Amino acid sequence: MLLGKPYNHSVMFSSPRFRAQSMRQHALGLPIVFSLLVVVILLSLRFGALRIDTGTVANAIWDYDRSDHRQIVVRELRLPRTAMGILAGACFAVAGALTQGVTRNPLGAPGILGINAGAAFAVVTAIYSGGITNPAGYVWFAFIGALGATVLVYVVASAGSGGATPIKLALAGAVISALLGSWTAALLLLDLETLDQARFWLAGSISGRGTEEAVLLFPIIAAALLLALFMGRQVNALSLGDEVAKGLGQRISITRTVAGVCVIALAGAAVALAGPAAFIGLAVPHIVRSVVGPDYRWIILYSALLGPCLLLGADIIGRVIVSPEELQVGIVSAALGAPFLVYLVRNTKMTEL
Amino acid sequence: MNRTARLCATAAIAILGLAIVGLTVGDYPVAARTAIATAIWDRGGEFDFVINSLRFPRVVVAVLAGICLAASGLLFQTLIDNPLVSPDIIGIDTGAATAAVANLAIGLDVRLLPFAAFAGALTAALLIFALSWRGGFSGGRLVLVGIGINALLSAVITYMLVRFPVERVSAAARWQAGTLSASSWDDARTMALVLVVLLPVALLLVRRLRIMQLGGETAVALGMRLERNRVAVITTGCGLAAVVVAAVGPLGFVALLVPHVARSLAGPITVGVLFLTALLGAFMLLSADLVAQRLFAPTVLPAGVVTAAMGGPYLLLVLRRFNRAV
Repeated sequence: MLLGKPYNHSVMFSSPRFRAQSMRQHALGLPIVFSLLVVVILLSLRFGALRIDTGTVANAIWDYDRSDHRQIVVRELRLPRTAMGILAGACFAVAGALTQGVTRNPLGAPGILGINAGAAFAVVTAIYSGGITNPAGYVWFAFIGALGATVLVYVVASAGSGGATPIKLALAGAVISALLGSWTAALLLLDLETLDQARFWLAGSISGRGTEEAVLLFPIIAAALLLALFMGRQVNALSLGDEVAKGLGQRISITRTVAGVCVIALAGAAVALAGPAAFIGLAVPHIVRSVVGPDYRWIILYSALLGPCLLLGADIIGRVIVSPEELQVGIVSAALGAPFLVYLVRNTKMTEL
Repeated sequence: MNRTARLCATAAIAILGLAIVGLTVGDYPVAARTAIATAIWDRGGEFDFVINSLRFPRVVVAVLAGICLAASGLLFQTLIDNPLVSPDIIGIDTGAATAAVANLAIGLDVRLLPFAAFAGALTAALLIFALSWRGGFSGGRLVLVGIGINALLSAVITYMLVRFPVERVSAAARWQAGTLSASSWDDARTMALVLVVLLPVALLLVRRLRIMQLGGETAVALGMRLERNRVAVITTGCGLAAVVVAAVGPLGFVALLVPHVARSLAGPITVGVLFLTALLGAFMLLSADLVAQRLFAPTVLPAGVVTAAMGGPYLLLVLRRFNRAV
């Protein structure tokens, strides 16, 4: 049974010696991932249609000279793009980790809760009815669409007894995604112009997105990320199953609601910023889990750091590989993440659920 | 007559009724009596082209495709024991779609499309099996590998959609939504052939699936060759899905949804439930196609759009049942 069974590693939490040892190892890993992130950020600022050396990048940040066109590229294009990548990557990955823990489904990802479908539907509807005139417009429509769809999924899944159980959430999410997806498809087929405009957004990209909107969304993202980082213990209990969580004195419904709010805020913001590039949300937590084990306190933290690495890495590859043109980050991240996921599936015990 | 048989009979009658409606309505309405006569014993005549070249093959293709998809979905869902599994979710449809979209986007001959799609579906299926085989199959591994392959192929499709001129992309998008508009007797013949071979196999597998549902160890203890049977189920399910995708495009939701409806009506898998699933699949696709044709007539929607839109309320219903049960 894929749905409804926890990652059963309860034994691992039991030995104090093991715990102390793994704590130390996990803490040691942090600087490594952190330096990886720094390297990726630097590469993201340097590479593109125009290659820029590290000195110029440093100047653009600390000693900005408006007459140097390379510094302008760094400051006006690559910095915002990189920041967008960091935000979206962290959001997708953490939202994915929370979803997998709370729904106890290895396929759990924000996409399963209808977030991508909702955002895509709202954006395509807005394009179709002529509501979007500038790139910034996408952000709000996508955010509202993602929010609306996920709230709907939660409401539908909470109907009946027992509240929003994992399997009901997954089913409701699949239904509503398919429903919205079909309407989106119909709109795209009705109007060639809509298809032409929407297909680029639908591919997922972090270039030329609305920076001001990102600044407005930032407090929401920061609050949700912070909350998520402190939820590890609760998610651990939930991931062992409802019974165990109750036995450990958890109030399941509260944890689930708070986690749900976090996921909605994070994934909604990420989709709004980067488009439906949500494969990262599925892949990163699995990658992290294969290294740090089943403890969600670490999974969430590492996901927050590794998500941006993967998203920015994908973005850089997309810029370089068909230069001077670009491949959208959604395409590259899926092309990179998928083989990795398959590799993990083949070589770890993750699938023995 | 037990409950399942009664349900099957009801579904069959409903299908017959819908088929007659399918023959009669359209831009050129034809009286039911004339339509049936033209289709079956009185070929030729005023409506020969409309009935025998357009509507009849379309109705037959809808019925056959519905049967294939629903049966395939039931096999996969029972094997993997996950209600969210269906051939379209584990990447088989996407494999077909990738090949077909490439065909359309590059601008190759449209007549090659069914072959390309079939080859794509088989390649994806083989890839998924090869990658999830590790001295044996596990349902969970198959699904996760399938999702990975699905994402990869979707990325390839997205790339093509972004890369090529919008006119060609539009044709690809239309195909991707799944449409029965271009159904021909050739499609019907291919599907019928595949069904004649694979449906008996599926029926034979039902008993084994029931044993497998008891759990792998129990099945082995009962003397079952687990891997061999799993491979048989997967191959059958893939064949059924692939032939449909090749003919009409990736029609979402039928394979995912119909098994739920059938099981909630008639309980866990038996030969009767398999029949019921097949019939309900035909019913769903036939009605979806009628709605797609007539809802915004003369604009014809792709049937896939309607199956998905119909699927929502259906699955919500299933969910309600589920809510009471869990």
